[in-house]
Amino acid sequence: MKSLTNVNRRSFLKTGAAVGGGLLVGFQLPVRGQAQTAGPIKFNAFVKVGTDDTVTFEIHKSEMGQGTVTSLSQLLAEELECDWKKIRTEFPGVEPVYGAPMMGAYGSLSIRTSWQPLRQAGAAAREMLIQAAAQQWKVDKSQCRAENNTVVNTATNARLTYGALAEAAAKLPAPTGITLKTAAQYKVIGTSPKRLDTPAKVNGSIGFGLDVRRPGMLYASLERCPVFEGKVASFDATKAMAVPGVRKVVQISNGVAVIADNTWSAMEGRKALVIKWDEGKWANVSTPGLRQEWAGLAAKPGMSMRKAGDAAGAFAGAAKKVEAVYEAPYLSHAPMEPLNATVEVRPDGCDIWVSSQIQSLAQQTAAMVTGLPANKCLVHTQYLGGGFGRRGGADYVTEAVEIAKAMSPTPVKLTWTREDDLQHDTYRPASYVKFSGGLDAQGSPVSFSARVVCPPFGGNGTAVEGIQDMHYAIPNVAVEFTAPDTGTPVSYWRSVGYSQNTYFMEAFLDEMAAAAGADPVEFRRKLLAGTPRLLNVLNLVAEKSDWGKPLPAGRFRGVGVVANIGSFNAQVAEVSVTQGKVKVHRVVCAVDCGQVINPAIIEAQIQSGIVYGMSTVTKLGITLDKGRVVQKNFNNYDPIRIDEMPVVEVHIVPSRENPGGIGEASTPSIVPAVVNAVYAATKKRVRMLPIKAADLV
Amino acid sequence: MAAVKFTLNGKSQTVDVTPQMPLLWVLRDSLGMTGTKFGCGMALCGACAVHINGQPTRSCVTQVSTVAGKTVTTIEGLSSDNSHPVQKAWIEADVPQCGYCQSGQIMTAAALVAKTTNPSDSDIDEAMRGNLCRCGTYQAIRQAVHLAARYQAQAKGGAR
Repeated sequence: MKSLTNVNRRSFLKTGAAVGGGLLVGFQLPVRGQAQTAGPIKFNAFVKVGTDDTVTFEIHKSEMGQGTVTSLSQLLAEELECDWKKIRTEFPGVEPVYGAPMMGAYGSLSIRTSWQPLRQAGAAAREMLIQAAAQQWKVDKSQCRAENNTVVNTATNARLTYGALAEAAAKLPAPTGITLKTAAQYKVIGTSPKRLDTPAKVNGSIGFGLDVRRPGMLYASLERCPVFEGKVASFDATKAMAVPGVRKVVQISNGVAVIADNTWSAMEGRKALVIKWDEGKWANVSTPGLRQEWAGLAAKPGMSMRKAGDAAGAFAGAAKKVEAVYEAPYLSHAPMEPLNATVEVRPDGCDIWVSSQIQSLAQQTAAMVTGLPANKCLVHTQYLGGGFGRRGGADYVTEAVEIAKAMSPTPVKLTWTREDDLQHDTYRPASYVKFSGGLDAQGSPVSFSARVVCPPFGGNGTAVEGIQDMHYAIPNVAVEFTAPDTGTPVSYWRSVGYSQNTYFMEAFLDEMAAAAGADPVEFRRKLLAGTPRLLNVLNLVAEKSDWGKPLPAGRFRGVGVVANIGSFNAQVAEVSVTQGKVKVHRVVCAVDCGQVINPAIIEAQIQSGIVYGMSTVTKLGITLDKGRVVQKNFNNYDPIRIDEMPVVEVHIVPSRENPGGIGEASTPSIVPAVVNAVYAATKKRVRMLPIKAADLV
Repeated sequence: MAAVKFTLNGKSQTVDVTPQMPLLWVLRDSLGMTGTKFGCGMALCGACAVHINGQPTRSCVTQVSTVAGKTVTTIEGLSSDNSHPVQKAWIEADVPQCGYCQSGQIMTAAALVAKTTNPSDSDIDEAMRGNLCRCGTYQAIRQAVHLAARYQAQAKGGAR
């Protein structure tokens, strides 16, 4: 399933814009004639209006904390002219109109692909409500205006509520040729209403995947081979079956599952399994061995990914030369909600209750495992307790469907433990990069070369993005890439290739600035004239962070910039280093993500991405020993905690450009901002993560 | 199997389960109270925090037999209408992102503001550092705990 997953995601990522266009057409599909049961009346794929005057929005982009429930509602509400307090939301099933065959929330694309179609869906429903009111009043609709869940007759001041108009309005044809509001007319877009899902998230009622309960449901825990791609040779379930509450033990393609009356019994039964594994060909893989192997690969030329001028020749003739090797480890996503799925398989259909980033893949894998048609496999999307790219895969759904198929028709919930999560992730790949850069006698860069060794996924671009597409004006550039052979599964991790390559790129550029004797901000400024939006956030962050001005004793600054997901981000970190221990005191971030939908959510996402990235600087790394992941739980994979949280200041560039992404905007550049500040503090370059205190003393 | 009797969110509760079963799974699977979350199973992340006799406790490593005769409060028992000072503050500061860790964060914060009337940032860091949040809501949590402490003081009728 891993290969299917990756192929599908790759092909989608290249055609994301086209699917956005599909939505545009799709929402206008007629719904007239459809039997209406009690409950809200459907206007189009995104809007329902109830006779009780509530408005229900279909949120087709999973909510994993990035704010889609609220921000997509803002796009709809802006044009619908509804009362914010009357909004309800629900997650729809998998349909072409919602982006199938790749319906999901990934690539920081939710706002970007929803920006046009959701405003149009809101506007279409509004026009139908206005038309219905005009018909009832027997006036021309130009005499009617929508505001706050009502249509107003501007001549008489008579009002009809949306609830009163819903039945008649929904029968009208969907209008065409609607003109959307101009930015100057926005009332909801660009504001920060309270998040719609907060009340249910502070009393425990919200409903994550792990909270699903079905009548007669059983609970499963799955033992997998500790070595990737290993298989079950044989197993003995006798002791497991003796554990109170255990009902059954079944072998599936990925291991041996224990099914019990409750989660704990399933986990206890699993501990009692006796399994002999065929560990396969990766059983001797270790992190030191991989590093050595990749260093050997980096010594040889790779596939050319970007070439301009003659980098080798310019480097040979350069007045000053900088060379460095950078490395980053595998990383786990570790969302707080362990992976899980609840599945019921019957002869006539299959139901999947899951917190998934890509519901289409959950549906496709259910269809493959059960042999049922995809439209008989219904995905019921739950709130996600974090995603970060991990829930874009469907490996855990495949497991759950296989188990439920074996237990059919009993519904079964599969729950991963934290150990399962860290040891059987689809990891952010490790990477090894050899850089060289040449400067002329005046300190201007004349050459830049990078040789990247990194396991790719979804195309080679994920291994080199952040270096291949760097924006610095350097005349001679060569970026090469070699894919190592490794059994460690890799996939999308918040900000993908930028997560390691922005660290590499921006830290090495700092080395070039130092060799030139230049200020790091000034050095970048001179090279970024061709990317004005990136230059602008660099200038803004320099201003807001008081770059160049004195700091309290013992504090030092570093800078990092990135252009990814259609947005531009620059950060300055203030750090101190005491006996090798790095403390980040303050982070100033400037972001240009185009038209702002919800500034509070943008600020929250910036903080979120900074915490996610910062954890990788001093704390997180996945290592391998004898083919096994060494890290087991939050004791040795320990993300930053509240006492390590810096003060974060966010400055958003006002813009009328189309919206960019935000969920992955700030994760890349925090890393070089911190390590460049560490250099300022210690004159030691951090060329491998995570930083160990011993490296700095 | 053995019957264990305790007070849960103000009501008497008897469960008939394996005595070693952690309270977390009794709450979630046996009683259907899913507000308390599973995050690590080793008392490392705080997602499963509940109050036992008023003390914030990791339910994932608390055998149900040990709560016999004690008073257990979960997120569902904090208030029926989001009126608890910490819940009000969490709403005001719009703290949650994904929200998964927030039951544990809120239970830990509720225990803090119940005993510390005006917590400093370092009091908050000390009390809350056992609660992981992968969405990085820490700055909002600090702000909300300060706010909750003020609401708590108001609720007690004590002006500060």
